[in-house]
Amino acid sequence: MVGVVGLEVHAQIQSTSKLFSGSHVRFLAPPNSLVSHFDASLPGTLPVLNRRCVEAAVLTGLALNCTINRKSLFDRKHYFYADMPAGYQITQQRVPIAVNGMLVYSHFEGRRRNQVVTKSVKIKQIQLEQDSGKSLHDDEQSQTLIDLNRAEGQLRVDANVSVHRPGEPLGVRTEVKNINSVRHLAKAIDYEIQRQMEVLQSAGKVLNETRAFDSKSGNTIPMRDKEGLQDYRFMPEPNLPPLFVYKSEASVPAGVDPAQVVVIDRLSAQLPELPSVKRTRLVETYGILQEHSFTLVNEDGLMDYFENVVQTTKAEPRKVIGWVIKELMGNLNSQNLKVSQSPISPCALAELINLAESGHISSSTAKQVFQEMWKAPEKTVGQIVKEQDLWMINDKEELQKICRRIVDSHPEEVNPNKVLNKLMGEVQRETKGRTDPVQVRAILEKMVS
Amino acid sequence: MSAPSAAFRPAAAMLSLSIREVSQALRDGRVSATELCRKCIDQIQRTHYLNAFITITGETAMEQAQRADNRIRTGKPLGPLDGIPFSVKDNFCTENIKTTCASKMLKGYVPPFSATVVQKLLDQGAVLVGKTNLDEFAMGAGSTDGVFGPIRNPWSYTTLYREQSTEDPDSDWAISGGSSGGSAAAVAALSSFLALGSDTGGSTRNPGSLCGVVALKPTYGLLSRHGLIPLVNSMDVPGIMTRSVHDAATVLRILQGRDERDSTTVQAPSTPPSLPEHFDIRDICVGIPKEYHAPGLSTDTLAQWSRVAAMFEQAGARVQEVSLPHTQHSIVCYHVLCCCEVASNMARFDGLEYGHRSTIDSSTDAMYATTRHEGFNNVVRRRILSGNYFLLKSNYERYFVKAQQMRRLITEDLKNVFRSGIDVLLTPTTLSDAARYTDFIQEDNRTRSAQEDVFTQPVNMAGLPAVTVPTALSRRGLPISLQLIGQTLQDWKLLTVAHWMEQQVNFPMIHLHGDSDERKLDRLVRERTHTIGS
Repeated sequence: MVGVVGLEVHAQIQSTSKLFSGSHVRFLAPPNSLVSHFDASLPGTLPVLNRRCVEAAVLTGLALNCTINRKSLFDRKHYFYADMPAGYQITQQRVPIAVNGMLVYSHFEGRRRNQVVTKSVKIKQIQLEQDSGKSLHDDEQSQTLIDLNRAEGQLRVDANVSVHRPGEPLGVRTEVKNINSVRHLAKAIDYEIQRQMEVLQSAGKVLNETRAFDSKSGNTIPMRDKEGLQDYRFMPEPNLPPLFVYKSEASVPAGVDPAQVVVIDRLSAQLPELPSVKRTRLVETYGILQEHSFTLVNEDGLMDYFENVVQTTKAEPRKVIGWVIKELMGNLNSQNLKVSQSPISPCALAELINLAESGHISSSTAKQVFQEMWKAPEKTVGQIVKEQDLWMINDKEELQKICRRIVDSHPEEVNPNKVLNKLMGEVQRETKGRTDPVQVRAILEKMVS
Repeated sequence: MSAPSAAFRPAAAMLSLSIREVSQALRDGRVSATELCRKCIDQIQRTHYLNAFITITGETAMEQAQRADNRIRTGKPLGPLDGIPFSVKDNFCTENIKTTCASKMLKGYVPPFSATVVQKLLDQGAVLVGKTNLDEFAMGAGSTDGVFGPIRNPWSYTTLYREQSTEDPDSDWAISGGSSGGSAAAVAALSSFLALGSDTGGSTRNPGSLCGVVALKPTYGLLSRHGLIPLVNSMDVPGIMTRSVHDAATVLRILQGRDERDSTTVQAPSTPPSLPEHFDIRDICVGIPKEYHAPGLSTDTLAQWSRVAAMFEQAGARVQEVSLPHTQHSIVCYHVLCCCEVASNMARFDGLEYGHRSTIDSSTDAMYATTRHEGFNNVVRRRILSGNYFLLKSNYERYFVKAQQMRRLITEDLKNVFRSGIDVLLTPTTLSDAARYTDFIQEDNRTRSAQEDVFTQPVNMAGLPAVTVPTALSRRGLPISLQLIGQTLQDWKLLTVAHWMEQQVNFPMIHLHGDSDERKLDRLVRERTHTIGS
C-alpha cells in the first residue's frame, strides 16, 4: 500500500486592497479597522473583483506552467462559521482561473545530501477565493473574538491523504488541517498515512473526515465540529459575471478598451526570471555546485549578495561561494537574521576575501576577522587586522626562526609524519594562525629530515 | 386595525397630479416643495390604516423640501424630480434610516449607506417621505406576511367599492398585492408621486396591477442593485411605480446606467430626453401568448385583455397569437431557483454582525439557530430549507441545474418570439382584481405565490423589461391592469407603446370615500396613529 497526498495551499495575494471589496490590506492593523460594508456582509452589498488579484493569479498560473482559462467562474461555498460573516465563501470551484500545471523541483538525497534528484508535481488548479476572518478562542470566558480585517500574509497548507494499492482505485481521503510549518506538514502526512494503513489492515474503514494535526503528539485527531459529511452546497455566484482574460491585445473584442482588461501576453512579459532558470544561470556562469545554486536562490537577497561579492573581488566564484554559504549564512541563521540585515556588506566581504587571496592574512585568520567584523561592522577590515596584529608572517627569515625554535623544543619525536603535524600545530598556535601552512610545512620538512 | 368608518376629504387636486404636472407647478410657483411635502405626509397620516408605511421620514423630508425650494426659487432646479416626494420599499438601504425588510431579523437595523437608486433620486432633489411596507424579505404576492402586518388596497376605500360592499370596511378590504404592496398603495393613495419597489417574480408589477398604478420592471442589469437587500440576485430588479407611463420613463432615464459597485449592471442604451410625442402604432407588432390563458383567469381580466388587443388592432397595429411553449414549467423552475438563492442570501443573517440576536449564547451554533428561528417568519424559513435541500450535492443536478436549463429554454422561447418580428407581448398582469384579504389568506404564501406569479415571473427568468398599465375597474370597482413585455434593453420602446396604450384606455383617477364628519375622522386618525405601528 502507498500513500497519496494532495496539498491545498492558501497564499495571500500582495495587493493594496482586498479581492472583492475596496477596503485596504495592511499588516498588523488593529482588529476590525480595515472592514468595509461588504467585508462585514452588510445586506445589500455586492462583490467587485480586484483586477490586480486577477493579474496575480494569471502570473502564478504562468509561473507554474498552467493553462490559463480564458473564461472562469465564481461560486459560493456555504458553511456557517463566525469568521465567514456571509455564511458562504466566494471561490472558484467549477472553472478556476488556471488548471493543469506542473512544478519541477529538486530533492537532495544521499548521506551528505548533495545528490540532486529531480521530481515533478501536478498542479491541479489555481483558484481565486475570499479569505476568512481570524478567530481567537477565549476558552476561559467561553467566547470567541472575530477580526474581519483578513490581512495575515501567511502561506497555509492543508493536506489531503489517502492510501491504496497501486493499480487499485484511490482510497477514501481525509483532510488534515492546523498544519503550521513544513516540518509539521511532513509529520502529519507520515502519521496519517500510517494511521490509515493500520485502519485498513485491521479490516476497518477510513472515514471521509477532516482531522486536525496536533503538534505536541504528532498525531491527527478528528475535528469535533466537522462531524459527518460536510456538504458545501456549491452554487454559482450570481453577482459576479464570468471572468474573461484575453490571450493578446489582438484578441480583445471590438468595443472593449484593452487597458481595461487582463491580457495574458502582457503579463507573460512581466514575469520575472523563474527560480529554475536562475539556478541554471548561476551554475553555468559561476561554476558553482547545483546544491549551492539552490541556497542562493532560496534565500532572499543571497543571490544578489553573492554576485555583488564576485564582481568586487579577485577571487574565483568557487571560493566566494564558500564564504557566502558557510560563514555568512551560518551567522545569519544562528541569529535568525535576513540577508538584508547582515552587518557585513558585500563590499566588506570582498575586501576580506581579497586580503586572504593576496596572502596578507591566512585563511584561518580571515575566518577570525570575519567574526570580528560581524561584531564591529563600523570597523574596516584593515582596522581590525591592524588592531589585532593579524598580518600574515611572510618573511622567510622570521619563519625559519620560529620553526627552528619549535623543532628545538621538541627533540624527542621520532616518527617523521606524526612529528610534522604536531610541529605544524605548534607553529600555528605560536603565531596565532598568521602563517601559511604550505610554507611552514616545507620549512619544517627540511628541518626534520 | 380598523379604518375610520367615515370621513376624509377628497384627495387634494395637487396630490393627484403626475410628476410632469406637479414639477411644472413647482416651477411656476403654484405650490412650493415644502407645501407639497406637507400634503404628502398629511395624506400618509390620513390613509394610515392602509398600513403602507413602516417609517415616515417627516423631518428629513421637510429639510430636503426646503433645500429644493431654495433651488427652485433661484431658478436652479436639479431636474424633473427636484422637490418631488417619493417613497421607497423597506428593502432598499437608506443611510441612517431604519431598514427592516418587514422582518424581526432587521428590526431596528440602520444601514450606513444608501442604495444607488435611492441616492440617485436624492441627488436629483427628490424628497424621501418614507419607507414602505412589504412582505417579509420581499417573499410573497399579497403583502400579507410582513412583521408589521398586511397592507390594504386603497381602492377598497373608494365610494365605488364601499357602495357595492355590504360588509364592515374593516373586514371587507382587498389586498394590495405584493411584495411591494406598500409602495403601490402609497402611489395609488396619492401619498407619493413615485415609489421604488423591487421585482423578482412580479413583486412590483403585481401590486402595481392590483392598486391601479403604472409599475415598470426594467431590463435586468439596467438599474443598480447595490443597496437592494437581495432575494434572488440573478432576477431582482429595482422597480419604478408612478401614476403615468411618462413619469416612469422620466425616472427610468435618471436611474439607469452602469454602477461600478454592481458588477451585473450594463451600460444604458442612449435615451432621448422624453418619450416620443408622435408615434405611429402601425409600426408595432403585438404578440398574444396563447399559453397565458391560464386557469383562474377572471372574466373581467380576460375581457380587458381582449378589449386592449382589439384596440391595438383597430388602430392599425399587427396583433398576432404567439407561442411560448415552456410556459407551463416556468413557475416550478422559478420556485426552485428562488429558494436556492434565498437559502444562500439569508445565510448572512446570524445575529453576529447586525440585526436581531437571540439571548441564547451557549454556543455559536445555538445562537445562530435560535436567532434565525426567531428572526425569520415561516415563509422565509420554508424557502431556506427548500433551497438548502435543492443545493445538496446529491440534488444539485436534478434541481438547480435542471431549473437553470429550463430557464434557458424559457428565455429562448421569448427570444424566438421577438426575433420573429414581435415588438411587445400583451398579457394579463394578475389573474384577477385584488382579492379580499379574508379570501386571500385561505391559502398559504407558497400556494398564492405560485398562482399569482404565473404571468410575471417568466419575465424575471429571462431578464426582460415589462410594465403593467391599469386599464379599467372591475365589477367590484377594483383595478384591472395589463402587462406589456419588451425585448432586452428596449425599455424605451416598451414605454412608448405603454404610453400609447395608457392614453387609449383612460383609466379613472382614484376617489377615496368622503364624508362630511371631518372632526370624527381626525379623532379616529389620531387614535389610529397611536395604536398602529412598530
